[in-house]
Amino acid sequence: MQHYDSIIIGAGHNGLVCASYLAKSGQRVLLLEAAENVGGLAASREFHPGFKVSVAHTLSHFSKKIVDDLKLQEHGFNANQETLSTIGLDLNGNHIRLENGELHGVSDDDAKSYQGYRILMQRFADMLKPFWLKTMPRIGMNNLADVMTFAHLGLKMRLLGQRDMREFMRVAALPTRDLMDENFDSDLVRAMLSWDGHLGSKLAPRSPNHAVLAMLYRMAGEQGGNHSVPVGGMPGMMHALLSSATANGVDTRTGATVERILIEANENGLAASGVRMADGETFLASRVVSSADPQRTFFSLAGVENLEIQFCNRIRRLRCQGYVAKLHLALEGLPDFPGLDDCRGRMIIADGLDAIEFAYDDAKYGECSEHPVMEVVLPSVHDASLAPEGKHVLSAHVMYVPCQLKGGWNDDARTEIRERAIDTLEKYAPTIRDQIIHSEFLTPKDIEQHYRVTGGHWHHAEFAMDQILMMRPTYEAAQYRTPIPGLFLCGAGSHPGGDVTGAPGHNAAVEILK
Amino acid sequence: MTESDPYAGERLKESAFHPRQAVLNIRNAWASWNGYKLANYYYDAEYEYFCIRNQCGTYDICPMQKYRITGSDAEKMLNRMVTRDITKMALNRVTYVVWCTDAGRMVDDGTIFKLGDNKYMLTCGSPCGAWLKMSAFGFDDVSIVDESDDIAALSLQGPTSCSVLKAMGLHGIETAKPFDIRNFTFHSGTLMVSRTGFTGDLGYELWVKSELGLELWDDLYSAGADFGIQPFGEAATNMARLEAGFIMPGMEFNEALKTVHFEHDQTPFELNLGWLVDFKKPHFNGRAALLRDYERGPRYTLTKLDIEGNKPAIESYIYSNRSCNRQIGYVTSAMWSPTVKANIALAMIETKELRGELFAEIYYEKELRQYSKVAKCEIRTKAFWTPTRARATPPPDH
Repeated sequence: MQHYDSIIIGAGHNGLVCASYLAKSGQRVLLLEAAENVGGLAASREFHPGFKVSVAHTLSHFSKKIVDDLKLQEHGFNANQETLSTIGLDLNGNHIRLENGELHGVSDDDAKSYQGYRILMQRFADMLKPFWLKTMPRIGMNNLADVMTFAHLGLKMRLLGQRDMREFMRVAALPTRDLMDENFDSDLVRAMLSWDGHLGSKLAPRSPNHAVLAMLYRMAGEQGGNHSVPVGGMPGMMHALLSSATANGVDTRTGATVERILIEANENGLAASGVRMADGETFLASRVVSSADPQRTFFSLAGVENLEIQFCNRIRRLRCQGYVAKLHLALEGLPDFPGLDDCRGRMIIADGLDAIEFAYDDAKYGECSEHPVMEVVLPSVHDASLAPEGKHVLSAHVMYVPCQLKGGWNDDARTEIRERAIDTLEKYAPTIRDQIIHSEFLTPKDIEQHYRVTGGHWHHAEFAMDQILMMRPTYEAAQYRTPIPGLFLCGAGSHPGGDVTGAPGHNAAVEILK
Repeated sequence: MTESDPYAGERLKESAFHPRQAVLNIRNAWASWNGYKLANYYYDAEYEYFCIRNQCGTYDICPMQKYRITGSDAEKMLNRMVTRDITKMALNRVTYVVWCTDAGRMVDDGTIFKLGDNKYMLTCGSPCGAWLKMSAFGFDDVSIVDESDDIAALSLQGPTSCSVLKAMGLHGIETAKPFDIRNFTFHSGTLMVSRTGFTGDLGYELWVKSELGLELWDDLYSAGADFGIQPFGEAATNMARLEAGFIMPGMEFNEALKTVHFEHDQTPFELNLGWLVDFKKPHFNGRAALLRDYERGPRYTLTKLDIEGNKPAIESYIYSNRSCNRQIGYVTSAMWSPTVKANIALAMIETKELRGELFAEIYYEKELRQYSKVAKCEIRTKAFWTPTRARATPPPDH
């Protein structure tokens, strides 16, 4: 039987990136994906004949270093992608637009405030930027590299200068409500600008914790927080990653479900030695690298009997309940949003901070809001291959939809919230309902089942103060190594976290190759 | 009265044997253990101690925590929790175990009774339901039931204990080896007898449903009348266990989950319980940390000391020199042992200092005057008191 150096579980973007790096360094790498296509949450699938869409619909901070290292441009990834303007939809058609670092359609005061706000936030984002592509130090291990990382972080912060460092310490865990209130008058502006702090999280404007950090995290890339749809769409991007992986020698198999991580047990202890597939086939390797979420990796694939008790308890207590649902519409043509010239932007439907807060309040108690808030993109505008000629795909992140719905999810509940989401869209695009050929609504529970992600959480584990940096997913597994020798993590549940960044996959590979 | 008792929830619980024990507790010397009223002594601690060594006595272990752990994953779950390999346990056997945190610090010690395939009883000194629940997480089929209040348990210890049980009609009990379990029909139920105890002497522990507690007491005391049976309390237990070299939580070790300060808890190696840690077992909780502790050698080692003179070295420091300016350890338990006729102690001593000389600085009182002395200590490697009858099968008849 062929013996691999590394087996990677899951060909999401992080699995692909990690596999590619390992193979590039000369390892024999087997990449196993349960779905029929690679890409994970960024994989596109046909939800109606001729109409394709992916759960993740934009890029905001994919690492430039990874693009270069893996020569993704040679494999079809286009770095000169169009950045999307962000549009705050207004019920009366007085939409606001954030484009090229400027706010349009707002008061002069807000437009001016935004300039100061953006410069400061970008300084903070730049300060944190070096740490997203770095293994976090292990608390208590006083080796030089770890101490240097701590020192580097401290120095970076200090170099902000007294005033800005104080300001950073003040705002880092601030509720976005406070940050927005301090800076802007218009409620629509506040809602739009705070959106990226909450997207994908169990968090609303009045929640203290990590919303500001999440914004800074998303501002860390080359795009300064702007979202984009890569040329060829998310499928094009996944294709580039797969093509690079294949060129580097990765043996990728799709439709290959891993059932169990094989763990060799003898008097020397435990060691991950391969995987057993759902069909009974086994593959052996020197190490197993999982891009699955931490709970799935440790509880379903490795088994608690092979882990420590308190460690398992910490993994069990990870907060990983998803609160974002996906609405996919196959449309006859371009929808008409009165007051909007085109549909090329990223449209936010949240007419004020309270709209976000109230939607969250309902979800907090296991219910769906009467007035969902959402982010809407038409990927087919940027990539014609996603829909038949002249037709279009609408993709919306609908917040806040709880994974654990009171009374449980069923078709009726799903239909009800889908219709509510379409009703909401209708308020901004009055004719959209007539254009719908087909609609699909994926609750976090559906995402959990289809994509094998615990809680249907985009980020595998909430991106929160207690679950980031050297605490992600928890200490003793925060440096991509796990308590089981030979078992590594490389998914969004590891530092730095979720979104299509490639960073966990990159960092894990660096750690493995050390 | 009870209905209007404002302290009802705060009062100590009474064990199944309480009606009989209360009558015998002439001194009203009550202590408590896990919320139960428990005799510190009944008449006189030393008298009770001599009963254990010369006749036999009973000690109420109702307050001890008892958990029934069953289900097809019960063995797997327990085996991952404790440091010993319990997969080799035979049916109707008892084994002494310790369990540790992920960091290899001791949570508690206790005994596991194998009552059937994937049927176990775990006993321990402190409640550990939360820890067991945490340990069982992720196993498909494990049930943990706290039976502490449902089982009445009595420890019968001393040279005549086997004779008492025989007189009670427990046929064949003399063939039970140490750590064996035997079951007998008893009134409307079953009496489980394990050849176990905490005194280092010949002894048994008797387990029945709480409802049968008084029947057990009465039958035992009526059979034991001619064999000098007496109840003994916590004070006598503490003396007997120290002679046997057994450790006590709160004395020799601090339960890790209740320890605040860094490394104020202990590893099994520090407690000289390395023989309970089975590194041949591929995985158990704390294995990696314990392996590091083992390879590095424990910083402290619990040591048995025979100290010159007759003044117990209670709460003494241990020094490496007679002038007592290099402190290297501390005494955890100490007493004058009437049976061994020696001044004995258990002490935590820095491992690297064990090769050198050891001195205890002992403070004592004589009619309100305080005195101190420095006494030389000799290390003992075996238990202070190990009578052959404790292990003989059948035990000598009386």
